[in-house]
Amino acid sequence: MSAPSLFAAARGVFMRDVTVALRRSTDILTPLVFFTIVVTLFPLGVGPGPNLLRTMAPGVIWVAALLATMLSLGRLFSNDYADGTLEQLALAPHPLSILVLSKILAHWVLTGLPLVIISPLLALQLNFEDQHMWILVMSLLLGTPVLSLVGSIGAALTLGLRGGGVLVSLLVLPLYTPALIFGAGAVSARDLTEVHLSLLAAVLVLATIFAPWAAAAGLRISLD
Amino acid sequence: MLEVINLECTRGDRALVSGMSFSLAEGELLHVIGSNGSGKTTLLRTLCGLSRPSAGEIRWGGRDIRVLGDEYRSCLSYVGHNDGIQGELTPAENLQAAARLGTDTDAAVIAHALEQVGLTRFAHLPTKVLSQGQKRRLALARLLVLTKALWILDEPVSGLDARSIEVIERLLAEHLARGGLLVVTSHQGLAWRAKTVHRIGLDS
Repeated sequence: MSAPSLFAAARGVFMRDVTVALRRSTDILTPLVFFTIVVTLFPLGVGPGPNLLRTMAPGVIWVAALLATMLSLGRLFSNDYADGTLEQLALAPHPLSILVLSKILAHWVLTGLPLVIISPLLALQLNFEDQHMWILVMSLLLGTPVLSLVGSIGAALTLGLRGGGVLVSLLVLPLYTPALIFGAGAVSARDLTEVHLSLLAAVLVLATIFAPWAAAAGLRISLD
Repeated sequence: MLEVINLECTRGDRALVSGMSFSLAEGELLHVIGSNGSGKTTLLRTLCGLSRPSAGEIRWGGRDIRVLGDEYRSCLSYVGHNDGIQGELTPAENLQAAARLGTDTDAAVIAHALEQVGLTRFAHLPTKVLSQGQKRRLALARLLVLTKALWILDEPVSGLDARSIEVIERLLAEHLARGGLLVVTSHQGLAWRAKTVHRIGLDS
């Protein structure tokens, strides 16, 4: 009888989260529909002037992606907390932060990645020129994992609290500002695109290293 | 194997357990007795390492469990109040997911565990359609898949029918006969078929 490797355990957690989410597909659709609706509301609010919309497109899409991700943070840990699965994860003979990292990865694949995929369509709707589309997609591809990673800290800390949803937004939204500045900046600052994308990638690396560790510590406190 | 020295657990600012010491060897059972709110669950979660004791030491094989960390957790199975079962997955998938975290296992072991707790018929249904008692049995089936030395069980037979209780009693007896350790709380009068049964009362 051999103990499975850390990799097998992490993959197991990832596969389980993806399977559960696919069987409860409203969880995946809600942030996606929210994202689409928020972006669609802007032309109705500010008027359909093509130049205005083109200027606003990166910012609108980024803010909408940020809000859609935040909306889905609640289910990152709360279901597992309620049914006791989280206790079992904490008692597994593996570092909790690595298991949390695979939960975050599953969350990104189910929430962030669909947003990235649908974003070119919504950008077209805002009259965004297609030769710069790749920059928008690239910035979201680097940025949405940061949103999941940083959000996991807030989700872990507010676990089991009543009205945790509001508290998550207060905790997490200020921490999202670097991703928003570099992400939306990469698209609008034409001559500094590469600088912004490099900085966004650096933020992603930092978040990948520190966020799972902080979230795991938060979960241990919530479980105590 | 399991040694507790001068343990003190608090919940909020209320001391639930204080100055508790005991030791448990292979094949022995510890039955924690106490009324509701006397700190049984807190004690069990502290023994698992989920909650921090406010004072005292818990040792496994002579070493502090905080130092052992993953090494201790690889010897430990815990079934708490929550079953740790995901409603969207089938019983077999739930056990598979638990097994990936613990010890390597194959489909035959899982099928055998489901048969032992009488859930073979439901192996391909999502767990959310099962009854409370069936979910409880599935949570206990996890013990059979993981084959750890120390089992910590919080009210393992709550909600189970008489026949299931008999099955669980037999499984627990087999675990003890294999040289396993068992810490359990239960309000039901279970027939402990163990060589040595320690009892600890938490009511002062």
